[in-house]
Amino acid sequence: MGLILTFAEQRDGKLRRASLEAVSEARRLSGSLGAKVASVVVGSGVERLAAELGSYGADAVHVYDDAALGAYATEAYARALANAIAAARPSVVLVPFTAMGKDLAPRVAAKAGAGLVSDCVALAVKDGKLEALRPVYAGKAYAAVRWAGEPQMATLRPNVFSLGQPEAGRKAEVVKGSVDTRARARVTATHATAEGKLELTEAQIIVSGGRGLKGPEHFHLVQELGEAFGAAVGASRAVVDAGWVDHQMQVGQTGKTVSPTLYIACGISGAIQHLAGMSSSKYIVAINKDGDAPIFKVANYGILGDVFEVVPKLTAAAKAYFAAKG
Amino acid sequence: MKTIVCVKQVPDTETRIRILPEGTGIVETDVNWIVSPYDEFAIEEALRIREAKGGEVVLISLGPDRVQSALRNGLAMGADSAVHLKDPAFEATDALGTARALAAAIQGLAPFDLVLTGQQGVGTDNCQVPGLLAELLDLPQVTMAVKVELQDGKAAVTREIEGAHESWETSLPAVISAQKGLNEPRYASLKGIMAAKKKTIEVRDAAALSLSPEALAPKVRVTAMELPAPRPSIRMIEGDPDSQAKELLRLLHEEAKVI
Repeated sequence: MGLILTFAEQRDGKLRRASLEAVSEARRLSGSLGAKVASVVVGSGVERLAAELGSYGADAVHVYDDAALGAYATEAYARALANAIAAARPSVVLVPFTAMGKDLAPRVAAKAGAGLVSDCVALAVKDGKLEALRPVYAGKAYAAVRWAGEPQMATLRPNVFSLGQPEAGRKAEVVKGSVDTRARARVTATHATAEGKLELTEAQIIVSGGRGLKGPEHFHLVQELGEAFGAAVGASRAVVDAGWVDHQMQVGQTGKTVSPTLYIACGISGAIQHLAGMSSSKYIVAINKDGDAPIFKVANYGILGDVFEVVPKLTAAAKAYFAAKG
Repeated sequence: MKTIVCVKQVPDTETRIRILPEGTGIVETDVNWIVSPYDEFAIEEALRIREAKGGEVVLISLGPDRVQSALRNGLAMGADSAVHLKDPAFEATDALGTARALAAAIQGLAPFDLVLTGQQGVGTDNCQVPGLLAELLDLPQVTMAVKVELQDGKAAVTREIEGAHESWETSLPAVISAQKGLNEPRYASLKGIMAAKKKTIEVRDAAALSLSPEALAPKVRVTAMELPAPRPSIRMIEGDPDSQAKELLRLLHEEAKVI
């Protein structure tokens, strides 16, 4: 019987949603692969997270619980995951494609000599082997990728794989492990940059602003619309490069690639590198006064109009809608 | 300070992507090739470090003959020398094989203080080489850096994560990957472009790096490529702004069911 191993990222003792998405996907694949599911959790005081991973489908949880593992450190965490791979010999290893996963997975792949496929948006089993689908050129094309040999290691794009239904009381066996916790690079402090703000790559709704807003002094219109929708706020490269907003808000090929259920583009013309970062959104709304703007080619709903007139009306209407909905 | 910068040549981000008939890659004719934007941040950071601390900046790029123009761009910005890793076996390899070739070349340049890369190669978007390199070279790593400050034998690095910045401290040598926000890359001056023409680019193949065919055998391969499914056709919402706003909310609720 084969095994699918997932890395369960936690921050401050809480499992990331992307970690639960990875276990859910492992559970879905386990039937066609005839495999069991195990997760690896690394940190301090994290053994209690095994129950939640169990409820989402882990049959076993490898726990590396050590006070010295409280803060993420690449070398120590990589040793733990590589240790679990060496012990459990999985045929598949799934890691969330988060800031931590992006940092960790390659180091582990080099330790394990494993082929790694990054930023997968779909996985399928063909002839008993895994096949991954991943966007390339920031979504301007999709590549089907297969592995030679095992383990078949993949990182999964957050917000794409759906969460399974947790089964309360479903138990996972806890396997305790320990590793050398030394690391030459360490976190000395963490500063929240977006206190209370939603992270773009994890948001279900994104409201984004572009050059049509004419100046940084008008960007608040987009922020207010975002608040009304409970959305994360993004921006086009043009306004980031012009210094209106921080680059962390940039959506597109040299910024963040996002796949929310709803993306509202305000005054964004839709340069090819912007479309590359958001055209996998489920529903796209474009508000622009230029009817020839490329953004209308990818949108489900379009409003041909002035952002200065339409956006405030939409903010007011959304506030009323969500207030009535309660 | 000796800093080694890994440079990847990629299609311009405005490139319209066309897929080869056999479906395993993109059509490269008419592609405008550029230095991957994140690698430009890495080159710029290396130049600033040299300006502050002295030393040298060495560029390495892996790929066919065309990557020499990416190396010339970096030399024109001010890098001192460049190494071009060129071998038919490199063309067929994956990220791990690429990292093995880069690691072998970097070891040949020892002693060095720092290896800088972009946080990802634009286009393939794997984000793998920095971590692979660090492990293969047995060095610490800090990825997605938006600030790097060198101190005695160590570096203080600010790393971007979801909704936060982390302060890291690492011993040197280390592998650090550059995120947008690290700096504003300079343009090459005319003088720099002229000087770059006189700088030598050393070419090395797999044999020169003692890399066996097994080490370069790809562990992953693209079996098919396709363009994204076409988006459904648009529905334009008419009327004055107030009724447009209300109609949009109705459609998002009743038709799309996303709110």
